[in-house]
Amino acid sequence: MVVLQLIQAVEQASEPAQLVAAVQALVAVKDKSAISTLIAVLGYNNPTAAIAAVAGLIELGTDSVQPLMEQLDEYNYGARAYSIRALAAIGDPHALELFLESAATDFAPSVRRSAAKGLGTLHWQQLDPEQVYPAWQKAMQTLLSISSDGDWSIRYAAIVGLQALANIPELAAQIKIHFDLQIQTESDREVRSRIIWAQQVLSQV
Amino acid sequence: MVDSSPEAVTPLTEESAIASLQQEDLSLRYYAAWWLGKFRIRTKAAVNALIVALADEDHRTELGDYPLRRNAARALGKLGDRSAIPSLIQSLECSDFYVREAAAQSLEMLGTTAAIPALKLLLKDGVEATKQVTGRPHAVEPCEAVIEALGSLGATETVPLIEPFLNQPIVKVQYAALRALYQLTQNDAYGQRLVNALNGNDVKLRRVALTDLGAIGYLPAAEAIAKCAVESSFKLIALKGLLAHLASEANLSESAIEIMSLMDSLL
Repeated sequence: MVVLQLIQAVEQASEPAQLVAAVQALVAVKDKSAISTLIAVLGYNNPTAAIAAVAGLIELGTDSVQPLMEQLDEYNYGARAYSIRALAAIGDPHALELFLESAATDFAPSVRRSAAKGLGTLHWQQLDPEQVYPAWQKAMQTLLSISSDGDWSIRYAAIVGLQALANIPELAAQIKIHFDLQIQTESDREVRSRIIWAQQVLSQV
Repeated sequence: MVDSSPEAVTPLTEESAIASLQQEDLSLRYYAAWWLGKFRIRTKAAVNALIVALADEDHRTELGDYPLRRNAARALGKLGDRSAIPSLIQSLECSDFYVREAAAQSLEMLGTTAAIPALKLLLKDGVEATKQVTGRPHAVEPCEAVIEALGSLGATETVPLIEPFLNQPIVKVQYAALRALYQLTQNDAYGQRLVNALNGNDVKLRRVALTDLGAIGYLPAAEAIAKCAVESSFKLIALKGLLAHLASEANLSESAIEIMSLMDSLL
Protein backbone atom coordinates (compact mmCIF):
# COMPACT_ATOMS: atom_id res chain seq x y z
CA MET A 1 0.00 0.00 0.00
CA VAL A 2 1.37 3.43 -0.83
CA VAL A 3 2.11 5.84 2.00
CA LEU A 4 -0.60 8.23 0.90
CA GLN A 5 -3.28 5.61 1.45
CA LEU A 6 -1.87 4.77 4.86
CA ILE A 7 -1.95 8.47 5.78
CA GLN A 8 -5.56 8.69 4.65
CA ALA A 9 -6.41 5.66 6.75
CA VAL A 10 -5.07 7.49 9.83
CA GLU A 11 -6.95 10.67 8.98
CA GLN A 12 -10.19 8.86 8.35
CA ALA A 13 -10.13 6.45 11.30
CA SER A 14 -13.34 6.90 13.27
CA GLU A 15 -12.86 4.34 16.06
CA PRO A 16 -10.03 4.39 18.64
CA ALA A 17 -8.92 0.85 17.77
CA GLN A 18 -9.03 1.63 14.05
CA LEU A 19 -6.82 4.67 14.65
CA VAL A 20 -4.26 2.62 16.57
CA ALA A 21 -4.10 0.02 13.78
CA ALA A 22 -3.79 2.70 11.10
CA VAL A 23 -0.98 4.48 12.98
CA GLN A 24 0.86 1.20 13.47
CA ALA A 25 0.59 0.44 9.75
CA LEU A 26 1.85 3.90 8.85
CA VAL A 27 4.76 3.63 11.31
CA ALA A 28 5.72 0.25 9.84
CA VAL A 29 6.59 1.68 6.40
CA LYS A 30 9.19 4.02 7.96
CA ASP A 31 8.60 6.77 5.42
CA LYS A 32 9.55 10.42 5.97
CA SER A 33 6.36 11.66 4.35
CA ALA A 34 4.44 10.21 7.31
CA ILE A 35 6.03 12.61 9.81
CA SER A 36 3.46 15.38 9.67
CA THR A 37 0.58 12.94 10.09
CA LEU A 38 2.28 11.18 13.00
CA ILE A 39 2.73 14.53 14.73
CA ALA A 40 -0.95 15.30 14.24
CA VAL A 41 -1.82 11.98 15.93
CA LEU A 42 -0.14 13.23 19.13
CA GLY A 43 -3.08 15.63 19.52
CA TYR A 44 -5.86 13.07 19.00
CA ASN A 45 -6.21 12.26 22.71
CA ASN A 46 -5.63 8.55 22.15
CA PRO A 47 -2.68 7.46 24.32
CA THR A 48 -2.12 4.13 22.56
CA ALA A 49 -2.05 5.77 19.13
CA ALA A 50 0.15 8.59 20.42
CA ILE A 51 2.68 6.17 21.91
CA ALA A 52 2.84 4.31 18.58
CA ALA A 53 3.31 7.61 16.74
CA VAL A 54 6.09 8.69 19.15
CA ALA A 55 7.87 5.39 18.49
CA GLY A 56 7.55 5.98 14.74
CA LEU A 57 8.88 9.54 14.99
CA ILE A 58 11.84 8.37 17.07
CA GLU A 59 12.63 5.72 14.51
CA LEU A 60 12.66 8.32 11.73
CA GLY A 61 15.17 10.21 13.87
CA THR A 62 16.80 13.42 12.65
CA ASP A 63 14.19 13.93 9.92
CA SER A 64 11.50 14.30 12.61
CA VAL A 65 13.31 16.99 14.58
CA GLN A 66 12.50 20.13 12.60
CA PRO A 67 8.82 19.22 11.99
CA LEU A 68 8.36 18.29 15.66
CA MET A 69 9.67 21.68 16.76
CA GLU A 70 7.74 23.63 14.12
CA GLN A 71 4.47 21.82 14.73
CA LEU A 72 4.70 21.95 18.52
CA ASP A 73 1.12 22.30 19.78
CA GLU A 74 0.91 25.40 21.96
CA TYR A 75 -2.70 24.71 22.88
CA ASN A 76 -2.59 21.03 23.77
CA TYR A 77 -0.17 20.12 26.54
CA GLY A 78 -0.77 16.40 26.10
CA ALA A 79 0.41 16.61 22.49
CA ARG A 80 3.30 18.85 23.53
CA ALA A 81 4.52 16.31 26.10
CA TYR A 82 4.56 13.57 23.44
CA SER A 83 6.51 15.82 21.05
CA ILE A 84 9.12 16.64 23.70
CA ARG A 85 9.35 12.95 24.61
CA ALA A 86 10.07 12.10 20.96
CA LEU A 87 12.63 14.89 20.69
CA ALA A 88 14.29 13.77 23.93
CA ALA A 89 14.66 10.22 22.64
CA ILE A 90 16.10 11.43 19.32
CA GLY A 91 18.56 13.61 21.25
CA ASP A 92 19.24 16.22 18.55
CA PRO A 93 20.78 19.22 20.37
CA HIS A 94 18.82 21.66 18.19
CA ALA A 95 16.09 21.04 20.74
CA LEU A 96 18.24 22.47 23.57
CA GLU A 97 16.59 25.91 23.76
CA LEU A 98 13.13 24.37 23.55
CA PHE A 99 13.98 21.95 26.38
CA LEU A 100 15.44 24.71 28.56
CA GLU A 101 12.34 26.83 28.18
CA SER A 102 9.88 23.93 28.53
CA ALA A 103 11.58 22.48 31.61
CA ALA A 104 11.62 25.82 33.36
CA THR A 105 8.39 27.50 32.31
CA ASP A 106 5.78 25.20 30.77
CA PHE A 107 2.64 25.08 32.92
CA ALA A 108 2.14 21.35 32.31
CA PRO A 109 4.17 19.00 34.55
CA SER A 110 4.18 16.26 31.89
CA VAL A 111 5.89 18.63 29.45
CA ARG A 112 8.39 19.83 32.05
CA ARG A 113 9.30 16.27 33.08
CA SER A 114 9.96 15.17 29.48
CA ALA A 115 12.11 18.23 28.85
CA ALA A 116 14.06 17.74 32.09
CA LYS A 117 14.85 14.15 31.22
CA GLY A 118 15.74 15.18 27.66
CA LEU A 119 18.24 17.77 28.87
CA GLY A 120 20.38 14.95 30.21
CA THR A 121 20.71 12.97 27.02
CA LEU A 122 21.21 15.36 24.09
CA HIS A 123 23.90 14.28 21.61
CA TRP A 124 26.28 17.12 22.42
CA GLN A 125 28.93 16.00 19.90
CA GLN A 126 26.58 17.14 17.12
CA LEU A 127 27.12 20.76 18.19
CA ASP A 128 29.95 22.96 16.96
CA PRO A 129 32.86 22.50 19.36
CA GLU A 130 32.67 26.05 20.74
CA GLN A 131 28.97 25.61 21.54
CA VAL A 132 29.37 22.47 23.60
CA TYR A 133 30.55 23.89 26.91
CA PRO A 134 27.95 26.70 27.12
CA ALA A 135 25.23 24.17 26.20
CA TRP A 136 26.29 21.83 29.02
CA GLN A 137 26.25 24.70 31.48
CA LYS A 138 22.78 25.86 30.44
CA ALA A 139 21.37 22.34 30.69
CA MET A 140 22.89 21.78 34.12
CA GLN A 141 21.86 25.18 35.50
CA THR A 142 18.26 24.71 34.42
CA LEU A 143 18.11 21.23 35.98
CA LEU A 144 19.73 22.46 39.20
CA SER A 145 17.20 25.27 39.45
CA ILE A 146 14.13 23.06 38.92
CA SER A 147 15.41 20.45 41.37
CA SER A 148 13.86 22.56 44.14
CA ASP A 149 10.48 22.83 42.40
CA GLY A 150 7.37 22.39 44.55
CA ASP A 151 6.15 19.43 42.47
CA TRP A 152 7.87 16.16 43.46
CA SER A 153 7.62 14.79 39.92
CA ILE A 154 9.58 17.75 38.54
CA ARG A 155 12.30 17.22 41.15
CA TYR A 156 12.31 13.52 40.27
CA ALA A 157 12.74 14.28 36.55
CA ALA A 158 15.50 16.80 37.32
CA ILE A 159 17.43 14.07 39.16
CA VAL A 160 17.09 11.76 36.17
CA GLY A 161 18.36 14.52 33.87
CA LEU A 162 21.23 15.41 36.19
CA GLN A 163 22.28 11.79 36.61
CA ALA A 164 22.62 11.51 32.83
CA LEU A 165 24.51 14.81 32.61
CA ALA A 166 26.96 13.57 35.24
CA ASN A 167 28.37 11.23 32.59
CA ILE A 168 30.11 14.34 31.28
CA PRO A 169 33.39 14.40 33.28
CA GLU A 170 33.46 18.22 33.39
CA LEU A 171 30.06 18.30 35.15
CA ALA A 172 30.25 15.19 37.32
CA ALA A 173 31.77 16.73 40.44
CA GLN A 174 29.28 19.58 40.71
CA ILE A 175 26.29 17.27 40.17
CA LYS A 176 27.51 14.81 42.80
CA ILE A 177 27.90 17.65 45.31
CA HIS A 178 24.40 18.82 44.45
CA PHE A 179 22.94 15.37 45.14
CA ASP A 180 24.75 15.23 48.50
CA LEU A 181 23.15 18.54 49.43
CA GLN A 182 19.70 17.86 47.99
CA ILE A 183 19.29 14.62 49.87
CA GLN A 184 19.66 16.48 53.17
CA THR A 185 16.77 18.83 52.44
CA GLU A 186 14.56 16.65 50.20
CA SER A 187 11.24 16.18 51.99
CA ASP A 188 9.90 13.36 49.86
CA ARG A 189 11.03 9.85 50.71
CA GLU A 190 10.55 8.48 47.19
CA VAL A 191 12.48 11.36 45.64
CA ARG A 192 15.26 10.70 48.15
CA SER A 193 15.29 7.08 46.94
CA ARG A 194 15.85 8.32 43.39
CA ILE A 195 18.79 10.48 44.55
CA ILE A 196 20.32 7.48 46.36
CA TRP A 197 20.00 5.41 43.21
CA ALA A 198 21.67 8.17 41.17
CA GLN A 199 24.46 8.41 43.75
CA GLN A 200 25.00 4.64 43.66
CA VAL A 201 25.19 4.59 39.86
CA LEU A 202 27.55 7.57 39.76
CA SER A 203 29.86 6.12 42.41
CA GLN A 204 30.39 3.09 40.19
CA VAL A 205 31.52 5.16 37.19
CA MET B 1 -22.36 42.80 46.07
CA VAL B 2 -20.12 39.98 47.19
CA ASP B 3 -19.17 37.36 44.66
CA SER B 4 -19.01 33.91 46.22
CA SER B 5 -16.31 32.55 43.89
CA PRO B 6 -12.92 32.20 45.61
CA GLU B 7 -11.10 34.18 42.90
CA ALA B 8 -13.04 37.33 43.71
CA VAL B 9 -12.31 37.25 47.43
CA THR B 10 -9.40 39.24 48.84
CA PRO B 11 -6.36 37.13 49.73
CA LEU B 12 -6.49 35.82 53.27
CA THR B 13 -3.94 35.59 56.04
CA GLU B 14 -3.97 33.11 58.89
CA GLU B 15 -5.62 35.65 61.21
CA SER B 16 -8.14 36.97 58.69
CA ALA B 17 -9.15 33.44 57.68
CA ILE B 18 -9.86 32.46 61.28
CA ALA B 19 -11.73 35.73 61.80
CA SER B 20 -13.66 35.10 58.56
CA LEU B 21 -15.00 31.86 60.02
CA GLN B 22 -16.98 33.94 62.51
CA GLN B 23 -18.19 36.53 59.98
CA GLU B 24 -21.78 37.00 58.98
CA ASP B 25 -21.05 36.58 55.28
CA LEU B 26 -21.53 32.84 54.76
CA SER B 27 -19.58 32.71 51.51
CA LEU B 28 -16.58 34.20 53.33
CA ARG B 29 -16.81 31.54 56.03
CA TYR B 30 -17.06 28.82 53.39
CA TYR B 31 -14.01 30.18 51.57
CA ALA B 32 -12.00 30.60 54.79
CA ALA B 33 -12.58 26.96 55.78
CA TRP B 34 -11.34 25.80 52.39
CA TRP B 35 -8.37 28.20 52.57
CA LEU B 36 -7.18 26.96 55.98
CA GLY B 37 -7.04 23.40 54.66
CA LYS B 38 -5.52 24.28 51.33
CA PHE B 39 -2.64 26.18 52.94
CA ARG B 40 -2.25 23.70 55.79
CA ILE B 41 -2.65 26.26 58.60
CA ARG B 42 -1.96 23.92 61.50
CA THR B 43 -2.26 26.33 64.43
CA LYS B 44 -4.50 25.52 67.39
CA ALA B 45 -6.62 28.60 66.64
CA ALA B 46 -7.29 27.35 63.08
CA VAL B 47 -8.12 23.81 64.21
CA ASN B 48 -10.43 25.05 66.96
CA ALA B 49 -12.25 27.44 64.62
CA LEU B 50 -12.78 24.60 62.12
CA ILE B 51 -14.07 22.29 64.86
CA VAL B 52 -16.63 24.98 65.74
CA ALA B 53 -17.54 25.22 62.04
CA LEU B 54 -18.22 21.45 62.01
CA ALA B 55 -21.27 22.15 64.19
CA ASP B 56 -22.40 25.17 62.13
CA GLU B 57 -26.17 25.68 61.80
CA ASP B 58 -26.19 29.02 59.93
CA HIS B 59 -25.07 27.88 56.50
CA ARG B 60 -27.82 25.60 55.17
CA THR B 61 -29.18 25.09 51.68
CA GLU B 62 -32.88 24.73 50.84
CA LEU B 63 -32.31 20.97 50.79
CA GLY B 64 -30.95 21.08 54.33
CA ASP B 65 -27.30 20.54 53.41
CA TYR B 66 -24.40 22.04 55.36
CA PRO B 67 -21.84 23.52 52.94
CA LEU B 68 -19.60 25.04 55.64
CA ARG B 69 -19.45 21.77 57.57
CA ARG B 70 -18.28 19.99 54.41
CA ASN B 71 -15.35 22.34 53.92
CA ALA B 72 -14.47 22.27 57.61
CA ALA B 73 -14.44 18.46 57.62
CA ARG B 74 -12.24 18.36 54.51
CA ALA B 75 -9.82 20.93 55.96
CA LEU B 76 -9.46 19.13 59.30
CA GLY B 77 -8.21 15.99 57.55
CA LYS B 78 -5.43 17.99 55.92
CA LEU B 79 -4.28 19.66 59.14
CA GLY B 80 -3.43 16.39 60.87
CA ASP B 81 -4.49 17.55 64.36
CA ARG B 82 -5.94 14.66 66.35
CA SER B 83 -8.02 16.92 68.58
CA ALA B 84 -10.48 17.07 65.65
CA ILE B 85 -11.18 13.33 65.88
CA PRO B 86 -14.22 13.32 68.25
CA SER B 87 -15.99 16.05 66.26
CA LEU B 88 -15.26 14.30 62.96
CA ILE B 89 -16.61 11.03 64.36
CA GLN B 90 -19.76 12.92 65.33
CA SER B 91 -19.95 14.32 61.78
CA LEU B 92 -20.37 10.76 60.49
CA GLU B 93 -23.96 11.11 61.78
CA CYS B 94 -24.64 14.38 59.95
CA SER B 95 -27.74 14.37 57.71
CA ASP B 96 -25.65 15.76 54.82
CA PHE B 97 -24.11 12.93 52.71
CA TYR B 98 -21.11 15.05 51.72
CA VAL B 99 -20.30 15.92 55.34
CA ARG B 100 -20.29 12.21 56.16
CA GLU B 101 -18.10 11.51 53.13
CA ALA B 102 -15.60 14.26 54.01
CA ALA B 103 -15.51 13.13 57.65
CA ALA B 104 -14.76 9.52 56.62
CA GLN B 105 -11.94 10.67 54.34
CA SER B 106 -10.48 12.96 56.99
CA LEU B 107 -10.64 10.29 59.69
CA GLU B 108 -8.79 7.98 57.29
CA MET B 109 -6.11 10.65 56.86
CA LEU B 110 -5.85 11.10 60.62
CA GLY B 111 -5.36 7.35 60.95
CA THR B 112 -7.56 6.90 63.98
CA THR B 113 -8.90 3.47 64.84
CA ALA B 114 -11.34 5.18 67.24
CA ALA B 115 -13.45 5.96 64.15
CA ILE B 116 -13.97 2.30 63.22
CA PRO B 117 -17.23 1.65 65.15
CA ALA B 118 -18.92 4.77 63.74
CA LEU B 119 -17.70 3.96 60.21
CA LYS B 120 -19.05 0.41 60.52
CA LEU B 121 -22.45 1.80 61.44
CA LEU B 122 -22.70 3.53 58.05
CA LEU B 123 -22.50 0.12 56.37
CA LYS B 124 -24.96 -1.59 58.71
CA ASP B 125 -27.56 -2.01 55.94
CA GLY B 126 -25.02 -3.67 53.65
CA VAL B 127 -25.16 -3.02 49.91
CA GLU B 128 -28.48 -1.18 50.31
CA ALA B 129 -26.26 1.77 51.21
CA THR B 130 -25.06 1.99 47.59
CA LYS B 131 -28.58 2.73 46.27
CA GLN B 132 -29.07 6.13 44.70
CA VAL B 133 -31.21 8.55 46.74
CA THR B 134 -34.19 9.76 44.69
CA GLY B 135 -33.63 13.25 43.34
CA ARG B 136 -30.07 13.49 44.62
CA PRO B 137 -26.80 12.80 42.80
CA HIS B 138 -25.50 10.47 45.51
CA ALA B 139 -26.10 7.13 47.21
CA VAL B 140 -27.52 6.51 50.69
CA GLU B 141 -24.07 6.39 52.28
CA PRO B 142 -20.59 7.40 51.08
CA CYS B 143 -19.64 3.72 50.75
CA GLU B 144 -16.48 4.28 48.72
CA ALA B 145 -14.97 6.62 51.34
CA VAL B 146 -16.13 4.50 54.29
CA ILE B 147 -14.77 1.23 52.86
CA GLU B 148 -11.46 2.84 51.94
CA ALA B 149 -11.16 4.25 55.45
CA LEU B 150 -11.87 0.87 57.06
CA GLY B 151 -9.19 -0.71 54.90
CA SER B 152 -6.58 1.96 55.67
CA LEU B 153 -7.37 1.85 59.37
CA GLY B 154 -6.75 -1.90 59.45
CA ALA B 155 -10.24 -2.84 60.65
CA THR B 156 -9.73 -6.57 59.99
CA GLU B 157 -13.02 -7.49 61.68
CA THR B 158 -14.89 -5.68 58.90
CA VAL B 159 -13.87 -8.15 56.15
CA PRO B 160 -17.29 -9.90 56.20
CA LEU B 161 -18.99 -6.50 56.21
CA ILE B 162 -17.04 -5.34 53.13
CA GLU B 163 -17.10 -8.55 51.05
CA PRO B 164 -20.70 -8.13 49.79
CA PHE B 165 -19.72 -4.80 48.19
CA LEU B 166 -17.65 -6.74 45.63
CA ASN B 167 -20.90 -7.92 44.08
CA GLN B 168 -22.93 -4.74 43.83
CA PRO B 169 -23.06 -2.81 40.54
CA ILE B 170 -21.23 0.45 41.41
CA VAL B 171 -17.74 -0.12 40.00
CA LYS B 172 -15.93 2.48 42.13
CA VAL B 173 -17.35 0.87 45.25
CA GLN B 174 -16.22 -2.55 43.99
CA TYR B 175 -12.71 -1.16 43.59
CA ALA B 176 -12.85 0.38 47.07
CA ALA B 177 -13.82 -3.04 48.42
CA LEU B 178 -10.96 -4.75 46.53
CA ARG B 179 -8.55 -2.18 47.86
CA ALA B 180 -9.72 -2.51 51.46
CA LEU B 181 -9.91 -6.30 51.35
CA TYR B 182 -6.37 -6.48 50.02
CA GLN B 183 -5.17 -4.23 52.83
CA LEU B 184 -7.04 -6.28 55.43
CA THR B 185 -6.15 -9.78 54.16
CA GLN B 186 -3.06 -9.35 51.91
CA ASN B 187 -4.78 -11.83 49.61
CA ASP B 188 -3.34 -11.51 46.08
CA ALA B 189 -6.66 -12.30 44.42
CA TYR B 190 -7.93 -8.82 45.34
CA GLY B 191 -4.81 -7.09 44.05
CA GLN B 192 -5.00 -9.08 40.80
CA ARG B 193 -8.59 -7.99 40.21
CA LEU B 194 -7.47 -4.37 40.46
CA VAL B 195 -4.66 -5.11 38.00
CA ASN B 196 -7.23 -6.56 35.59
CA ALA B 197 -9.27 -3.39 35.99
CA LEU B 198 -6.40 -1.48 34.34
CA ASN B 199 -7.59 -2.99 31.03
CA GLY B 200 -11.15 -1.74 31.44
CA ASN B 201 -12.88 0.38 28.80
CA ASP B 202 -13.48 3.52 30.85
CA VAL B 203 -10.45 5.76 31.29
CA LYS B 204 -11.87 7.30 34.49
CA LEU B 205 -12.19 3.86 36.08
CA ARG B 206 -8.68 2.95 34.94
CA ARG B 207 -7.47 6.04 36.81
CA VAL B 208 -9.36 4.94 39.93
CA ALA B 209 -7.82 1.47 39.76
CA LEU B 210 -4.36 3.01 39.35
CA THR B 211 -4.89 5.16 42.42
CA ASP B 212 -6.08 2.14 44.40
CA LEU B 213 -3.05 0.06 43.39
CA GLY B 214 -0.76 2.90 44.42
CA ALA B 215 -2.57 3.25 47.73
CA ILE B 216 -2.16 -0.43 48.61
CA GLY B 217 1.39 -0.61 47.20
CA TYR B 218 0.66 -3.77 45.23
CA LEU B 219 4.11 -4.62 43.81
CA PRO B 220 3.08 -7.21 41.19
CA ALA B 221 1.14 -4.41 39.45
CA ALA B 222 4.24 -2.38 38.55
CA GLU B 223 4.55 -3.41 34.88
CA ALA B 224 0.81 -3.24 34.28
CA ILE B 225 0.69 0.25 35.76
CA ALA B 226 3.47 1.44 33.46
CA LYS B 227 1.67 0.02 30.39
CA CYS B 228 -1.86 1.17 31.29
CA ALA B 229 -3.55 3.53 28.80
CA VAL B 230 -3.76 6.52 31.14
CA GLU B 231 -1.90 9.84 31.38
CA SER B 232 1.65 9.41 32.69
CA SER B 233 1.02 11.62 35.74
CA PHE B 234 -1.41 9.08 37.19
CA LYS B 235 1.00 6.24 36.51
CA LEU B 236 3.87 8.07 38.19
CA ILE B 237 1.78 8.67 41.31
CA ALA B 238 0.73 5.01 41.42
CA LEU B 239 4.32 3.79 41.04
CA LYS B 240 5.41 6.25 43.71
CA GLY B 241 2.81 4.60 45.96
CA LEU B 242 4.42 1.20 45.28
CA LEU B 243 7.83 2.63 46.10
CA ALA B 244 6.47 4.13 49.33
CA HIS B 245 5.46 0.67 50.53
CA LEU B 246 8.97 -0.74 50.26
CA ALA B 247 10.87 -0.79 53.51
CA SER B 248 14.22 0.91 53.78
CA GLU B 249 15.50 3.57 51.43
CA ALA B 250 19.17 3.52 52.39
CA ASN B 251 19.75 0.11 50.81
CA LEU B 252 17.67 0.17 47.68
CA SER B 253 16.13 -3.20 46.93
CA GLU B 254 15.92 -4.68 43.46
CA SER B 255 12.18 -4.00 43.49
CA ALA B 256 12.77 -0.34 44.30
CA ILE B 257 15.17 -0.01 41.37
CA GLU B 258 12.73 -1.76 39.05
CA ILE B 259 9.96 0.62 40.04
CA MET B 260 12.18 3.67 39.59
CA SER B 261 13.27 2.38 36.15
CA LEU B 262 9.62 2.25 35.17
CA MET B 263 9.08 5.76 36.56
CA ASP B 264 12.08 7.05 34.59
CA SER B 265 10.59 5.57 31.42
CA LEU B 266 7.37 7.53 31.97
CA LEU B 267 9.03 10.95 32.12
